[in-house]
Amino acid sequence: MFDLTGKTALVTGASGGIGGAIARALHGAGATVGLSGTRVEPLEALAAELGERAHVLPCNLSDPAEVDALPKAAAEAMGGLDILVNNAGITRDQVFMRMSDDDWQSVLDVNLTATMRLCRGAIRGMMKARWGRIVNISSIVGATGNPGQANYAASKAGLVGMTKSIAYEVASRGITANCVAPGFIATAMTDKLSDDQKAKINGQIPAARMGSPEEIAAAVLYLASQEAGYVTGATLHVNGGMAML
Amino acid sequence: MSDVADRVKKIVVEHLGVEEDKVTDSASFIDDLGADSLDTVELVMAFEEEFGIEIPDDAAEGIQTFGDAVKFISDAA
Repeated sequence: MFDLTGKTALVTGASGGIGGAIARALHGAGATVGLSGTRVEPLEALAAELGERAHVLPCNLSDPAEVDALPKAAAEAMGGLDILVNNAGITRDQVFMRMSDDDWQSVLDVNLTATMRLCRGAIRGMMKARWGRIVNISSIVGATGNPGQANYAASKAGLVGMTKSIAYEVASRGITANCVAPGFIATAMTDKLSDDQKAKINGQIPAARMGSPEEIAAAVLYLASQEAGYVTGATLHVNGGMAML
Repeated sequence: MSDVADRVKKIVVEHLGVEEDKVTDSASFIDDLGADSLDTVELVMAFEEEFGIEIPDDAAEGIQTFGDAVKFISDAA
């Protein structure tokens, strides 16, 4: 339905469940994809699966110099950078009263500050091209909060405010900036939960099931498409009705 | 007029869509030539590309007028 032929897309956290699904969806729509992440092996495996139009671009998002270099490296490898999907994120869950400065800072650094740096680096080329799509992966907990995740929730809410501000500034240049906010998604992380835990979570979701990475990828694909050109500053919640925002 | 000034003027005229005779040395990009803050970022990007130089952010902030731009680029090139 959406055609991204000739477009180039960088996806961070492409070694993970959701990031991999996003990369597959964009690639399936015809885009050339840059797969970024810290672990090279799963990135190589995904690139091999995708075949043509896939580039592996390892990056440690806690290293500011590496982050600053990534948009340029991506543009050189792919011949441009039209679509940026900031999907990478980490958690360091801890009850707030026990949360260390390091728990706080490391999550903010990767989830929010690295995303800011990548947006800043990517927008330059997008402004010249008078076309660009930025999709930042937020989270339902950025809007609702979650016990044990003050750092993560702050970083994900921060993404929403930052994305809206960017959207204002670059809208006149044909660039859109939006967020996708996943709810509970079945990934390797949620596989570890017991059946009892899963039943409890599903009980809070009107759709009565966890979402799939492909359902997040479909939302990203839409926001990355030509057709979504009039959608900017939005947060698309994909959560089975768990929070209707 | 120097070659640098000609090339800078061409960029300004094209980018901001203004009459050439409005682009005087003292003409402010924002106050006189109708640029917004994002236009000034784009102008600096265009200057960097045209002249193969790098204009750091703190220097870019000091480039308010056409004359400022010509002077900075002449000194840098």
